[in-house]
Amino acid sequence: MRLARSVEAIPPSGIRKLFDVVAQMDDVVSLGVGEPDFGTAWRVREAAIYGLERGRTSYTGNSGLLELRQAVAAHLRRRHGLGYEPEGEILISVGVSEALDLAMRALLDPGDEVIVPQPCYVAYQPCVALAGGVPVAVGTTAAEGFVPSAEALRAAIGPRTRAILLNYPGNPTGAVPDEAALRAIAAVAAEHDLVVVSDEIYDRLSYDAPHVAFATLPGMRQRTLLLNGFSKTYGMTGWRVGYAAGPEPLIAAMTKIHQYTALCASRQAQEAAIEALRVPDRDVQAMVDDYDGRRRLFVGGLNRIGLPCHLPQGAFYAFPSIAQTGLSAEAFAERLLLEGRVAVVPGTAFGAGGEGHIRCSYATALPKLEEALDRMERFVQTLPGVVPTVATGVAG
Amino acid sequence: MTDGEGERTRKILRALEADARRTPADLAALVGIGSDEAANIVAGLERRGVIRAYRTVVDWDRVSPDRVVAFIDVSVTPQRDVGFDQVAARIYRHPEVRSVHLVSGGHDLRVVVEGPTIREISAFVGEKLAPIDHVTATNTHFLLKAYKEEHSILVEEPADDDRLAVTP
Ligand SMILES: Cc1ncc(COP(=O)(O)O)c(C=O)c1O
Repeated sequence: MRLARSVEAIPPSGIRKLFDVVAQMDDVVSLGVGEPDFGTAWRVREAAIYGLERGRTSYTGNSGLLELRQAVAAHLRRRHGLGYEPEGEILISVGVSEALDLAMRALLDPGDEVIVPQPCYVAYQPCVALAGGVPVAVGTTAAEGFVPSAEALRAAIGPRTRAILLNYPGNPTGAVPDEAALRAIAAVAAEHDLVVVSDEIYDRLSYDAPHVAFATLPGMRQRTLLLNGFSKTYGMTGWRVGYAAGPEPLIAAMTKIHQYTALCASRQAQEAAIEALRVPDRDVQAMVDDYDGRRRLFVGGLNRIGLPCHLPQGAFYAFPSIAQTGLSAEAFAERLLLEGRVAVVPGTAFGAGGEGHIRCSYATALPKLEEALDRMERFVQTLPGVVPTVATGVAG
Repeated sequence: MTDGEGERTRKILRALEADARRTPADLAALVGIGSDEAANIVAGLERRGVIRAYRTVVDWDRVSPDRVVAFIDVSVTPQRDVGFDQVAARIYRHPEVRSVHLVSGGHDLRVVVEGPTIREISAFVGEKLAPIDHVTATNTHFLLKAYKEEHSILVEEPADDDRLAVTP
């Protein structure tokens, strides 16, 4: 069968390949999981069960349950001081994933360009391309904290550039820019009249400084589309619910597409999401503290066994360097899996700047993280060029 | 104590409460301090009586059926000179008593007692507990099945982690 060239042009996912190998093996400790190990809170599950029992199984309005949009608006106001109208400026989507797709389709004409700082979440490039756009990669390095400089961004901007796609705290690097760096990016966006699509799905997982929502920066509210959801903060990846908040015309355009392609997000997921927003912050904070502890332990361990790693400031990923082993990221990940029985994702799966790194998720119980570190240590000792550090401190 | 210290201490306590076998090195890594410092903090908490004991959560049903637990609601009429504390002290000194709490509601003291047989617990209630001065009534509930102890679910549950091994 002849398939669309736009689809055939998309390279196979760097994650898929690894997944197929892992599926054939047992006794693997997986650090490849991009989702929380905290399941959905029981009270949230119960809210969905209750909804089912009450027969709440119908479609909702295209924008999502008003009660949920109101709860999202209240949440955004409380957490970031951002005001969005529940009617008109908020759309409930099938996860951040769908919102991202809608945003690209609403914004791009064929050939329009979107700046995508990398390494980045695996869906960004394909989403832009499938919407007819052209993703323009801006590679970043560990030395710059995986945050692009204003100069690098400017150099990538051309007459067709429409938007810039940001994700802080970031998957796969854990990067969290400081406010000055964010302001520098904001200045570039203003200068070139770009829309900023800000995927803040890890906003609650910023360990060393409070999260700065991009839309709170001066002048950014009217050009920023804020994407967030429930997958990471509330352990709700399988529910498929998220939201977009932004200027009314953009939300209206996204809703226009959404009404024909998704109709609405799952009713049960929306009911559950309302309850998730009622979970007291101290419960969420306890989870954040738990991740923070694992982050320190795991990243300390990586540096100790000779895989230099900056202390990531957010999300639940460590992105250590494996360059000194002389192996490519892909070869390292493959050998670590086959010889060391630990699954990680090669940095190259996340685009430019990913070579020489692997992504390790620490959304895994501590004993498993410790087991993974032991296995990784035994594996790297078989490689030339690895010098374990004596200091227990964390580099970077 | 500064806020940072207080926060570190709370984190260490939470980590130990979840798993008492965490070593000072683990705790140190978790809160981002040196191992010696973590050991000192724990020693201080033990000295000050914040940490009372390190115990194990056991599901005895899986090992021996000869263990009986009873929850006893005790009503007390305190008198001048003899308050709840004195009555509680006469109860908690018995080694078969696992815990004693003063509670609000229809009763005053909630006592948990364990023993090898129902008969022995009944004897304890009848001969030791009920006759204590100012105890006016007892109401004994024998434990039939433990579902959850100290945050640990004891019954078999399907594994909670059904995540795929590699996801984006
Ligand atoms: C940066 C980023 N954005 C979006 C998603 C997908 O989010 P959702 O489950 O809300 O579709 C993920 C999931 O891994 C992610 O890491």
